[in-house]
Amino acid sequence: MRPVRSIGEASMKLSPNTLQGIETAIANYPRKQSAVMTLLHLIQEERGFLSDEAIEWVADKLEIQPIKVLELVTFYPHYRREKLGKTHVRLCRTLPCALMGAYRVGDRLEAALNCKMGQSKGDGTLTLEYAECLAACATGPVALVDEDLYENLNLPGSLQTLVDTVRDRSAEGASAL
Amino acid sequence: MAAERKILLQHADEAYYSPGILNYLAQGGYEGLKKALKQKPEDLRQEVLRSGLRGRGGAGFSCGLKWSLVDRKSGKPIYLICNCDESEPGTFKDRQLVHKDPHQVIEGMMIAAYANDVVQAFIYIREEMPLGAKILQGAIEEARSMGFVGENICHSGFSCDIVVHRGAGAYICGEETGLIESMEGKRPYPRIKPPYFPAVLGLYQCPTIVNNVETLCNIVHIVRLGGEAYARIGRHGNTGTRIWCVSGMVQNPGYFEIETLTMKELLYDLCGGPLPGRKFTGIIPGGASMKILKVDDNFRNRDGRAIGFEDIIIDFDGIQAAGSMSGSAGMIVLDDSVNIIEALANIIAFFAHETCGQCTPCREGSYWARNILARMCSGGAREEDVALLYDLAGNIGGRTVCPMGYSITWPVRSYIDKFRDQFEANAGSNTCGVESFSERLIEK
Ligand SMILES: Cc1cc2nc3c(=O)[nH]c(=O)nc-3n(C[C@H](O)[C@H](O)[C@H](O)COP(=O)(O)O)c2cc1C
Ligand code: SF4
Ligand code: FES
Repeated sequence: MRPVRSIGEASMKLSPNTLQGIETAIANYPRKQSAVMTLLHLIQEERGFLSDEAIEWVADKLEIQPIKVLELVTFYPHYRREKLGKTHVRLCRTLPCALMGAYRVGDRLEAALNCKMGQSKGDGTLTLEYAECLAACATGPVALVDEDLYENLNLPGSLQTLVDTVRDRSAEGASAL
Repeated sequence: MAAERKILLQHADEAYYSPGILNYLAQGGYEGLKKALKQKPEDLRQEVLRSGLRGRGGAGFSCGLKWSLVDRKSGKPIYLICNCDESEPGTFKDRQLVHKDPHQVIEGMMIAAYANDVVQAFIYIREEMPLGAKILQGAIEEARSMGFVGENICHSGFSCDIVVHRGAGAYICGEETGLIESMEGKRPYPRIKPPYFPAVLGLYQCPTIVNNVETLCNIVHIVRLGGEAYARIGRHGNTGTRIWCVSGMVQNPGYFEIETLTMKELLYDLCGGPLPGRKFTGIIPGGASMKILKVDDNFRNRDGRAIGFEDIIIDFDGIQAAGSMSGSAGMIVLDDSVNIIEALANIIAFFAHETCGQCTPCREGSYWARNILARMCSGGAREEDVALLYDLAGNIGGRTVCPMGYSITWPVRSYIDKFRDQFEANAGSNTCGVESFSERLIEK
């Protein structure tokens, strides 16, 4: 991280929508520090990751030390210091899904999407990762593709649907760039 | 043939039903809240105590008793938090309730809020349920626009709003004091009890009630039926229905709302028994943290009588008497195709990933247990590894800030105790490659 600046100096350009969401979140809580997770969610949704600048901005906004924000970003797996791919695939690897063949599905996804588990593609279109239990264990193996849950991925058709979706979204991402 | 008894899930999966408020109202929704608002809060709390309802989040603590411990004299505001962190591997019931019948959750919360003079309520929902968070948000707005949430609820003079708070991918936020720290904007390090019992020193050091989604849904039906009538459902000390989640090696995995069933009734009648040509070997009854039950062991029922596995009654007391706990009601079924060491390695890898890192025994112990199990799986097991793992795991539970220490102790020790031959056969051998999970296990 860059040297920490004193409170009140961080600046950042966020969309009006995000700024509106941030004001609503702060008003929602009896103490504004409770809004820190929501602010991080909103900024990450807009930017794809949380930069030093973002962390300092949130700290300013909530009148806390930047380290108090950084220590959340480094603790919670969802918050990222590096930009996620345009599409984010999280395949559950915990026992019930593993019993249904999650690791084998993982191998197939790596091959079909040409991306290693735990990595992002160089062109920024995809991040592929294992995740822990997604609370859908009876229809495992399951994966979250951005906000959508894909189930029964040991059925060849379901896996293909997921792969097609990822390819479509990646193509959209590429043309939008 | 055993059957489900659907009370909480009465409408959820029916073709006529969708989560909108009009559907909920058409089925008598929010009548419980209206009825509750005509009663005195302390009478409602008595009703809940009389119902015998035990918490569905994990520990099975009496809900009425928990509510009676709330510090009402401090003059501080009282908060309510609905725990929808649902992260215990094998558990997916709260997801059903939130996705399919969100107004039942909201009604339960508002009754609980009124009964406990709560000024503000929250739902803590895990990040990996983005759709659930949206559904809840939408349902809260609907309920607010019709006067069931917010200012002056149903013209009763009582006001309370609900805020949806999203997690960020950490299992430990399900532990109630970790959850509270998280909601305060800090790392979710669980707090030490005593003194930090949420009922006295919870959110912002104010009295706070943390209840599971399913617990709060039950409140609606307690008010609707009356505590005494509710207490007649299920067995004494295990009242009401419970939604069990069954995953793993059964023909028909899924969620089942049941009253008093045996293992045989759940696993054979409702789940269709083992896969063709397979035999059940071990059942993890209440989420990955719990001790495993070995299917060909002898067990006891709660009166101390000897019974076989199939006769274990699936409720708090039945599973406790059998030597484990019903925990989060996430039942994971293993059969003779599953390598027990691999299963344990998978579970311990979960806890090593999810330890908050605050206590040395849990942080380091989960790491070393994971490493020992990994080498057992990859053929590098040492002669002394079984004893080392057993000893190491025994020194975690009970020596930590939160109960998660037991989530390493209980699985490791029970799997080794019950399946010692498999662990010993593995020492120095090369038969249990980590890859084998993907090799040997079925495709549906
Ligand atoms: C490590 C750990 C994880 C937990 N995770 C959850 C969870 O995901 N959901 C939940 O409702 N309770 C969870 N609990 C239990 C909560 O601490 C708390 O007891 C529960 O939410 C209380 O609700 P109840 O009284 O309605 O059961 C967890 C407990 C521990 C120790
Ligand atoms: S037992 Fe583990 S999870 Fe619980 S507080 Fe200690 S380190 Fe954190
Ligand atoms: S184990 Fe994959 S969703 Fe629970």
